[in-house]
Amino acid sequence: MTGLIGIYRPGTTLLHRIPAGPKLGLVALWSIIVVGTKGWRASLICLGVALVIAAWAKLDARRTLRSLRGLLIMLAIVSAFQVWQRGWEIAVSVSGDLLALFLIGLVFTTTTPVDGVLTAIERGLRPLRPLGVQPERVALAFSLMLAALPNLIGIAGETRAAAKARGLERDPRALLTPFAIRAVSHALETGDALHARGLGDD
Amino acid sequence: MIEFRNASVVVDTPDGDLTVLEPTTLALGERRIGIIGANGSGKSTMARMINGLVEPTSGHVLVDGRDVADDGREVRKRVGFVFTQPDSQLVMPTVVEDVMLSLRRVEKDKNARKARALEVLGTIGLADKADVTVHALSGGQKQLLALAGVLATDPDVVVADEPTTLLDLRNTIAVADRLFSMRQQLVLVSHDLDLMDRCDRVLVVDSARVVFDGSAAHAVEHYRGLVRA
Repeated sequence: MTGLIGIYRPGTTLLHRIPAGPKLGLVALWSIIVVGTKGWRASLICLGVALVIAAWAKLDARRTLRSLRGLLIMLAIVSAFQVWQRGWEIAVSVSGDLLALFLIGLVFTTTTPVDGVLTAIERGLRPLRPLGVQPERVALAFSLMLAALPNLIGIAGETRAAAKARGLERDPRALLTPFAIRAVSHALETGDALHARGLGDD
Repeated sequence: MIEFRNASVVVDTPDGDLTVLEPTTLALGERRIGIIGANGSGKSTMARMINGLVEPTSGHVLVDGRDVADDGREVRKRVGFVFTQPDSQLVMPTVVEDVMLSLRRVEKDKNARKARALEVLGTIGLADKADVTVHALSGGQKQLLALAGVLATDPDVVVADEPTTLLDLRNTIAVADRLFSMRQQLVLVSHDLDLMDRCDRVLVVDSARVVFDGSAAHAVEHYRGLVRA
């Protein structure tokens, strides 16, 4: 599941060369198109376009499948439920849209260095500074969001293993309480670390 | 020069006020300074005060004449901090991007930022890992990366709070060698008495007080006595 974010892979395709700001705008536009179009045919077309773009960005097929494994399992369950409750057309539409969105998200993070994204966010939000928006902090929050997911999944895995070792894998308290405490503790430590690095001082 | 001027820390607890550090007056000018003490003795609090992570309840802490409480931003530019747990310190997806994050406040040009980040990674032996995800690094490599993030901005002082506690012997040696070969003044909090032996001056902290301040050999001897008592 951590792979859903994707790690920047240097490359020479046009998608690698488009600056982060315009690319972020295109991703937003893509999301509006995918969500805005209705029907299973439109969803399959969007998915097809997303696959072509992923191939154009030279995403490694095996790595991409590995990244999407968790999502695909979840989609299989959701699709089965949709087929049962609302028919196969809705199932194809929902799954196609989600896959098309995630694939383009993966293309974006794989072809764009995070440093470039932060600069684009800072630049894009600069006009809002008179309104009290601090672009550097918003950009920092974005990078923290990217970092938080793998860390939280790591903590969840360790908590699950610890509960299992004590024979408490079916007890939600043994899973949720230590997870919540460790997640908050991790957030506090990260805050201290950012403070120590002088990030957010400006 | 790091100065503690009658600096103390008291925190509120459900059971009343708890003194974490008694009023302390010290001037730390040596190049390698060690702090040892039992868990909860107040040594990490002292270390955090130097960077402004903990502000004194009374008194002052100054770095090169700047009061940490009044001028924290400037002090943090001069004082880098390495934590025990590097996972909390690494916030970007890849190795080079994490070092570049540290440089954002001092270098506006992206290419210069990347060049400097790669240069620092080279000095720390992680140049070949530049585009690797930080989660794929070993514990020792993560701690070296955390140190690279600190050294990238070229601070005058590096405070390291038990940086080798979670590491195996090989990684402990790698991180310690890097810490002791820096040009920066080092304030090292550790339980590792071998590391203390390499310091020019060692403080022993016990029950929220500095109970010994002197050479490494004498400090270690004093600390052993405290532990056995």
